[in-house]
Amino acid sequence: MSDAQTTQIPVTVLTGYLGAGKTTLLNRILSENHGKRYAVIVNEFGEIGIDNELIVESDEEIYEMNNGCVCCTVRGDLIRVVEGLMRRPGRFDAIVIETTGLADPVPVAQTFFMDDDVRSKTRLDAVVALVDAKHLPLRLKDSREAEDQIAFADVVVLNKTDLVTPEELSKVEATIRAINPAARIHRTTRAGLALSEVLDRGAFDLSRALENDPHFLEARDDHDHHDHDGHDHDGHHHHDGHDHHDHAHPSDIHDVTVQSVSLRGGEMDPKKFFPWIEKITQMEGPNILRLKGIIALKGDDERYVIQGVHMIIEGDHQRAWKDGEKHESRLVFIGRELDAERLKKSFDACQAA
Amino acid sequence: MPTVAPLDLQGHCIAAVFLDDVPHFALADGTIHRLDHGHKTAQANDGLLAAFHDAANDRLITGGEDGKIFSVTAGGNAAELASAGKKWITSVAAGPQGAVAYASGKIAFVRFADGKIKEFLHPRSVEGLAFSPKGMRFGVARYNGATLHFPAANGKPVELEWAGAHTGITFSPDGAFLVTTMQENALHGWKLADGKHMRMSGYPGKVKSLSWAPKGKWLASSGAPAAIVWPFSGKDGPMGKAPLELGTRGNAMVTSVACHPSQDVVAVGYDDGMVMAVRFADAKEVLLRRPGKGAITSMMWDKQERRVAFGSAAGDCGVIDISA
Repeated sequence: MSDAQTTQIPVTVLTGYLGAGKTTLLNRILSENHGKRYAVIVNEFGEIGIDNELIVESDEEIYEMNNGCVCCTVRGDLIRVVEGLMRRPGRFDAIVIETTGLADPVPVAQTFFMDDDVRSKTRLDAVVALVDAKHLPLRLKDSREAEDQIAFADVVVLNKTDLVTPEELSKVEATIRAINPAARIHRTTRAGLALSEVLDRGAFDLSRALENDPHFLEARDDHDHHDHDGHDHDGHHHHDGHDHHDHAHPSDIHDVTVQSVSLRGGEMDPKKFFPWIEKITQMEGPNILRLKGIIALKGDDERYVIQGVHMIIEGDHQRAWKDGEKHESRLVFIGRELDAERLKKSFDACQAA
Repeated sequence: MPTVAPLDLQGHCIAAVFLDDVPHFALADGTIHRLDHGHKTAQANDGLLAAFHDAANDRLITGGEDGKIFSVTAGGNAAELASAGKKWITSVAAGPQGAVAYASGKIAFVRFADGKIKEFLHPRSVEGLAFSPKGMRFGVARYNGATLHFPAANGKPVELEWAGAHTGITFSPDGAFLVTTMQENALHGWKLADGKHMRMSGYPGKVKSLSWAPKGKWLASSGAPAAIVWPFSGKDGPMGKAPLELGTRGNAMVTSVACHPSQDVVAVGYDDGMVMAVRFADAKEVLLRRPGKGAITSMMWDKQERRVAFGSAAGDCGVIDISA
């Protein structure tokens, strides 16, 4: 690992509607004795009852980049605040950004990829969405932001589980899983989970992202009563033989407009795969919220991991394939208006002969 | 041979200036260091974010994390001018008749010499501030353009539109041109008489440092492996003309520029801490300081045109004497 990487300060983004428990979690991060110091960027002082010079108030400023790409947006306020904080780096070990209830997480995340100054000093660690178990169905009905926040998250904290019945809870969890099959979900009350589950996750760190989730796209077919492409209203059943879907659909699934497309294949021909993923992200970028994958490349001893936000994609070798490990490629797209059938066909066509 | 008197400090230098001919260095932690028969220290803001050298009053205006504005004069005398609450002060500027402007979030404030304060609320964040050298007028850099206010009168502001995020702003010394730095790697300019646009692009990095040559004939800028110096002597500014590229290096980026007070020479600071002086006429270079620990963040020439004070992101500051 290079020096630049080791000195980059990790940044955690907290999303979630008003009342979902962000402030509770933030207060825990600021007050618990975990041996680390956090700088916290909030939209408004106030609710956080802790006086701390490292709490910075910042007005959400979404800036479209002048490059003709509609999804290339950054948060101008965060560029300024992060730059200011990083001029005195000795004061804190990590940064937490609290977004407003209605905030779009995409510009926040893209700031850490698109701005050279921010990127050189900090790294996006994870996007954590707090979800109120009781009110999520209502939120999904009346807004697109709630869905975007879940779709975009690496970790979903399903909070206030004590306010719903076990049936309601599993339905809500199934809905979250339908929106985002790649996220880690934690059921909590009063945001009570180990802080290590939300901080320093390395979710955007290609070498760690999938280590944290060894069952990425595989273990969920057999233990739960929902499948992760069941929300595909078009009736395209693009999965790989596990088509046990539909009858156990969460009832409010019709408020879900985000879909995910999970692809699985064998070894890929790098000469076909890389031009394909480039083209897909260029053409479908505005529709793709997140993509994550592990790719087995023909003739390559190492696993290749890939991730993306809209048109931004990053990929790198992760680790050597273990003895006896199946050389399999897995890729998930989370977004809107994705043509699952076409993605699957073109993905399959990238497989090595 | 130029000689360097080093001053090794701990922390990021925001501004290196001369106040009453004494070099002063303002750091991000709000300490103001000076080399005045030895190293002396004073304290301004609790966390310093923005600083502007007010040449007319021989003082440094600072704004910081504590929401306060200070005026720092020679000898390290820091006096609080105003306080805007708990929010960060992100930009400061000084203008005619002792006026000072500062920004916090979406509000630009002007404090007149008599202590009266006027607020200007904007729909978006105030990113940068600058006073026009003539008349009581100041400009705000904002998303999708710039806004000109006339704080002494109650007239309507003038809006100058150009798509994109404008982060910094400066008027030419004759007040004829307004130039902004942008989030993308470019400058934008307006000829104020007719609103004509000037696009200055092609930078590999963001432009963070601008400096006008004597009489505003040139505008030097950072953001490239060379100092990019645009000609502004024609009536339409640099339009249709190529900039000078001075002090080009293959392996370093220019991070700070400071034009000589009377001659067509620019001090160029790089991201590895090197400083050179380069003449416009023949691009002749003189090494002023070898590479150091951090990127050069700020430079200023003294009135005798003999010394250059410089500051760096790593705290290795100092004064270069070119007459020695």
